[in-house]
Amino acid sequence: MADETTNQGIPAPEGEADIIDTEYEIGQDNIETQIGPFGVDIHNPVFLVSGLVIVAFVFYALALPDQAGAFFNWLRPAVTSSFDWFFFGAADLFVLFCLFLIVSPWGKVRLGGNEATPDYSYMGWFAMLFAAGMGIGLMFYGVSEPMSHFSTAFGGTAEPEGGGARTDWAPLGAAAGDEAEAVRLGMAATIFHWGLHPWAIYAIVALALALFTYNKGLPLTIRSAFYPIFGERVWGWTGHLIDILAVFATLFGLATSLGFGATQANAGLNELFGVPTGATTEVILISAITAVALISVLRGLDGGVKVLSEINMGLAFLLLVFVLLVGPTMAILTGFASSLMAYVEYLPALSNPVGREDVNFSQGWTAFYWAWWISWSPFVGMFIARVSRGRTVREFVICVLLIPSLVCVLWMSVFGGTAIHQVLSDGFTGAQDAALELKLFKMLGELPLAGITSFVGIILVVVFFVTSSDSGSLVIDTITAGGKVDAPVPQRVFWCIFEGAVAIVLLLGGGLGALQAMVISTGLPFTVVLLLMCWAIFRGLQTEAR
Amino acid sequence: MFSKIMVPVDLAHAARLDKALQMASDLAHLYKAHVIFVGVTSPQPGPVAHNPQEFSAKLDAFAAEQAGKRGISASGHAVVSHDPAVDLEAALLKACSDTGAGLIVMASHIPGVSNYLFHAHGGRVAEMAPVSVAVVRGD
Repeated sequence: MADETTNQGIPAPEGEADIIDTEYEIGQDNIETQIGPFGVDIHNPVFLVSGLVIVAFVFYALALPDQAGAFFNWLRPAVTSSFDWFFFGAADLFVLFCLFLIVSPWGKVRLGGNEATPDYSYMGWFAMLFAAGMGIGLMFYGVSEPMSHFSTAFGGTAEPEGGGARTDWAPLGAAAGDEAEAVRLGMAATIFHWGLHPWAIYAIVALALALFTYNKGLPLTIRSAFYPIFGERVWGWTGHLIDILAVFATLFGLATSLGFGATQANAGLNELFGVPTGATTEVILISAITAVALISVLRGLDGGVKVLSEINMGLAFLLLVFVLLVGPTMAILTGFASSLMAYVEYLPALSNPVGREDVNFSQGWTAFYWAWWISWSPFVGMFIARVSRGRTVREFVICVLLIPSLVCVLWMSVFGGTAIHQVLSDGFTGAQDAALELKLFKMLGELPLAGITSFVGIILVVVFFVTSSDSGSLVIDTITAGGKVDAPVPQRVFWCIFEGAVAIVLLLGGGLGALQAMVISTGLPFTVVLLLMCWAIFRGLQTEAR
Repeated sequence: MFSKIMVPVDLAHAARLDKALQMASDLAHLYKAHVIFVGVTSPQPGPVAHNPQEFSAKLDAFAAEQAGKRGISASGHAVVSHDPAVDLEAALLKACSDTGAGLIVMASHIPGVSNYLFHAHGGRVAEMAPVSVAVVRGD
């Protein structure tokens, strides 16, 4: 006999649900066993296949470094030059689809049933979106990317004698010798890579997962989004392959970011304290930061990732305000508005998939970025889905697409704008000449309190590294446990250590080039997965109560 | 001595709980206490239910079945946790204070080497709970 204590912990009734009626029971293919002293609960064969293939890959990179290096150096340009049009077209489509969802009547559908209430406040939610989605990248590219595009655009185009593809790296038609236009084009190109397109990619995956998990009652794993397309076959090998692909994409995408994070933290420590740069320091850094990530993993979603994300957003905001105030404030603020206008103006040309003359820029930067964001999308998308229950589709897409894009514009305007201003007004070319990972610290070095801000910069890189590693472990563990979110914690610990190990091995084996090549080659098949997801979202929303 | 006894249950593995359920039922008869079965779920679908509402309904059904079978007064109390793998103890301790239970009867596995690295849920609850805790070892 149930009494009044029932339901106390459950939120108010959630309204109608449109549960998909399937024979599949979550965890039915799982193996629950003991490995040594640890109890595990893993999906067969997703865990075993993805784990073994990654181990085999790592051994290959270590055992035959020269051959592997040559292969990676061939792979990256081969994929981006052959499939650049595909990445471009797909990414454009994702943006259009998201904009359509905002204005469509399905915008009213609520994730988790039409009376569900959000699990997290806006603040905690945004902090987690950012920390998972772009953290390390914003630190790494905040100064270096606007600076690079500005420099190449200012340098103008270069065509080899006798014709052929352009050899310069300038976006579009460049702006040879025109400072003001080079700044506008440089900022527009940067924002293009960090604005609507990446967040649309994340939004698609996150929305598909949230819809099929919270509204349709399917397990929280990538294959669930394909139920409208493949039906019951998603529980068989079709689904296994989708999930295995998602694990690869996530692991290599994460390892790349961890590699970037380690190189940048190392560069910063060298600049500040003279710590030697090189593989040894990077390995020590990755190991130490992975150890910190382990503590965060053991503290769980609310006590680990969420707290760290909020701390980091606070720190990042302080750094942003500091640079804005002590840097060229007026120039940055006017730059923000003009960058935004330049983005809108150049967007059609920058996103054009065919007939591009700026081959180096469009293949080396944009196509690489699209592949990178796409390979990150199962991870970030799943993480966003996990914390987004209770939002409406419209609220969700606006918040995941527009607000982060605007914050990225602001971030790039402040950090990149300050560095460019140093070149144009003060004649300081330190940031312009420095290596990618060092540009941030060179820019900060010209401002007051450089020691403190550079140190804050390093802390930010490290903590973003920790949140990415932690949320990545959470996501890979969920996928390899068949969508179970309460699988034993040692499994999460395993993935956290494994990610660090893959990052170390790939850095030693082939440097960042190896990591980037792997990101691109997993991004390509996953683009097809994302295109199918758009169709699945469309089908899934049609049966929802509005 | 106790008017409410809280019994954490894992509905996915209810068969393993028999000793703890029996002990809770015996104590409930002894003290004429009400038994509250507490289940922790995530907002995501799991092996037991598609959503928290369905989970809550299944927990109620479980409580009703136990009440009928053992002749006790019983109810269910479902708790939603964002990360049940890690936050289980915190969720249970909150349920204990929310329900006003004076005793927790909790099943736990026999400790092994892994408990040096990862604490057992029962042990952790016994360490932190403000009320008496009976940790019942399985077979």
